[in-house]
Amino acid sequence: MVDADPDEAPTQRHEPRHGVDTDAAPDPHETTPPASAPEPRTSPTPPMLRMEGIVKHFPGAKALDGVDLDVVAGEVHCLLGQNGAGKSTLIKVLSGAHQPTAGRILIDDAEVSIAHPVAALGHGIATMYQELDVVDGLTVAENIFLGHELASAGFTQRREVARRTRELMARLGHPEISPHREVGQLPAAGKQLVSMARALSHDARVIIMDEPSAVLDAGEVENLFRVVRELTAQGVAIVYISHRMEEIRAIGDRITVLKDGRTVGRDLPADTPTRELISLMTGRDVEYAFPERPGVPADAPVVLDVEDLSLAGSFSGVSLQVRAGEVVGLAGLVGSGRSEILETIYGARRQTTGTVTVSGKRLRPGSVPTAVAAGVGLCPEERKSQGLVLDEAVYRNITLSTFARTARGGWLDEAAERRDAQQQAEALDLRPRGVDRAIRTLSGGNQQKAVLARWLVHGCDVLLLDEPTRGVDVGARSELYALVRQLADAGTAVLVVSSEIPEVLGLADRVHVVSDGRVVHQAPAQDIDEHGVLDLVMEGSAA
Amino acid sequence: MSTTTHSPPADAPTERRSWLSGPAGRNLGLVVALALICVVGVATGGERFADLDNVLTILRLAAVTGVVAMGMTFVITSGGIDLSVGSVLGLTTVWATTLATQTMAEDVHWIVMVATALVVGTVAGLINGAIIAYGRVVPFIATLAMLAAARGLAEMISDRRTQPVSVSGFTDFFRADLLGIPVIVWIFALVAAAGWILLNRTTFGRRTVAVGGNVEAARLAGIKVQRHILYIYGLAGLTAGIGGVMMLGRTTAGTSTHGLLLELDVIAAVVVGGTLLIGGRGTIMGSVLGVLIFSTLTNVFVLNNMSTSAQNVAKGAIIVIAVLLQQRFAQRSKTP
Repeated sequence: MVDADPDEAPTQRHEPRHGVDTDAAPDPHETTPPASAPEPRTSPTPPMLRMEGIVKHFPGAKALDGVDLDVVAGEVHCLLGQNGAGKSTLIKVLSGAHQPTAGRILIDDAEVSIAHPVAALGHGIATMYQELDVVDGLTVAENIFLGHELASAGFTQRREVARRTRELMARLGHPEISPHREVGQLPAAGKQLVSMARALSHDARVIIMDEPSAVLDAGEVENLFRVVRELTAQGVAIVYISHRMEEIRAIGDRITVLKDGRTVGRDLPADTPTRELISLMTGRDVEYAFPERPGVPADAPVVLDVEDLSLAGSFSGVSLQVRAGEVVGLAGLVGSGRSEILETIYGARRQTTGTVTVSGKRLRPGSVPTAVAAGVGLCPEERKSQGLVLDEAVYRNITLSTFARTARGGWLDEAAERRDAQQQAEALDLRPRGVDRAIRTLSGGNQQKAVLARWLVHGCDVLLLDEPTRGVDVGARSELYALVRQLADAGTAVLVVSSEIPEVLGLADRVHVVSDGRVVHQAPAQDIDEHGVLDLVMEGSAA
Repeated sequence: MSTTTHSPPADAPTERRSWLSGPAGRNLGLVVALALICVVGVATGGERFADLDNVLTILRLAAVTGVVAMGMTFVITSGGIDLSVGSVLGLTTVWATTLATQTMAEDVHWIVMVATALVVGTVAGLINGAIIAYGRVVPFIATLAMLAAARGLAEMISDRRTQPVSVSGFTDFFRADLLGIPVIVWIFALVAAAGWILLNRTTFGRRTVAVGGNVEAARLAGIKVQRHILYIYGLAGLTAGIGGVMMLGRTTAGTSTHGLLLELDVIAAVVVGGTLLIGGRGTIMGSVLGVLIFSTLTNVFVLNNMSTSAQNVAKGAIIVIAVLLQQRFAQRSKTP
């Protein structure tokens, strides 16, 4: 299963593809034979939208480091890349939410600057974000014209708005959705149509769709594809982001692959073999140094025992065991349920069924203090919003779980807290070393070390790490990996979640692959490779 | 380079900020503002303003608001708000002066009246806290409901009549001076000192700041957030009760109109003092200074025979300026 030939897929699934030459105005339902596929790629039409050498720096991180992208009218241009490759940042640059540090954006060969979201709409670029951005309490028509209401002398022109809404919904193939329907009552697919109609209402020439199928079931995906085909037939270009290969094969025309903030594959046909795409997405020039795995003795006691854990609407039937000194990895895409599994083990969410046992003691469902008292620590996914009190001093963040323990009768012992924090700062090589500055002034890697330090001060038998290296640069990553291994060697049971598959494979002793809320595969880390995991999560998500 | 990644340009404003908006710098600004008001007071009122009796008048005026502001500082630092403190204060004065309470106080000791007020205030606060923490009602709505309910209950109990304090021991104690300073001013000072210690030196204070700074991080660190929020509103109710006792001492009567709109003065003083409305940073010293600024301002206006309407305009201006300054700080510190 793991080694299923990924080249199989494209040959089996030749989906209708249509030309990208708008002058030819192809019938949307016309199917261009696959034989002529290479022809439209080297399109004679100049690109409608071109991005050249886009660079975007954030403090401490380079999110984009030279991205090129060209989109021609009437095509479905797929954007591929692993989490963190820079897709989201690129979208935000295009939609005016971020300003590029360097690079040019050209529309119809004229350089433009997209200073804010309204400017993007002015240039005909509309974005449908992954999280549906509709207002539930407003009607379909009100949502579509939100921000650009049709009004005369301050009064909204209800009749005109309704007429145009009907027109738009008809264009999207859903004339039955009334303009006066409240959006909150529509299913996810309906909300997406509203979102799409809004994009069209701006006379969008380029619509960016960020994982539009994520909220849809199979039948709804078919309708989405039909709408996409009609739009491209009308000359609208779609920038389509999805992890699902079969969707890309079904409607894609060309593929651009991003990796580590750079364009590594351009002008690829949609039937490029999966294996080739995966190696473009993953072949990195920076190899992380992973610490050696000493191997877990067979008689090491099971510290964390999770049995048949389920959380309604998120994951189900998860059973796993982590022994003392073992690092177990959960690999899967964002939204696969991995983070929810960790949070449920920790008691931050209350499971629907199943039990969590730590060192033979069953934890109370949905109680973080119980888990912490039992020696479970969590380094959460969103460091800033879930892990740190940003305005507070480093030492207070490190002792957030232990200040009550060092206190005597409710009186804080700040000297002891500083001592504990300082000791960990030395041990973890926290830079800068001082523990009195506000933690927001530290880099991502050092903030992550501070969260780890919290649990080192507390003393943990089970450490749950959710995306421990997100936003952490390469140098600090290796340090964090070494730290995690040290902790395991000292007898801690570690459960780590990461969407970076090499990280899970390099760090963990055993790997569980999570897809759509289920553990679909488990194996010793040496017995599975990145391609195998990607095959499982990408092709598996369609099953 | 990789691990010390904050860029130099981001550092420069940090340095400047640490001086101006550090705790010392912020309080210094308030002290300067207070000094300016005093200068205006001396310039316009002369002897009448600088007189010791007048200073004590200002402090007496500040005492009730000040005590309630101590509890409010904790509530706002935790990211909440309590609109009910004025009504709860009124309720405690009425409950402590009911016939039953006063009869019992005459028989036993006037401390019974004090205890009644404190218990009534604390229970009202705990009800707020329970609704907010366990019922997950936003603080604004939960305490708005208490604002209406407590005032209504006070009117029902007192039948909208003023209930004079007949227990002489009570009025004797609270109207007395100790070392030349009124007892209620002493109470203000003691509550302020206790508040400072509680916020800065105890686990209770640390939890308050953590919950206000990042409730999710606090929860995931194992802090019992709901229980703590319950306690915080209980504390706010307790200070309203203490304020009620002081109000009884000052006016020698309980009535359902005591503490009307007090919540606005208290919130204004706390916010002007530098406690962030979004939570995560609170300063007891700032709140004390905020209360003093408003009461001194009122005093200066009264000495100059200026209308309360003019006073309110000045108050409004001060609040807006203080919050504008605060927002600038918050924006700068929130951008990563």
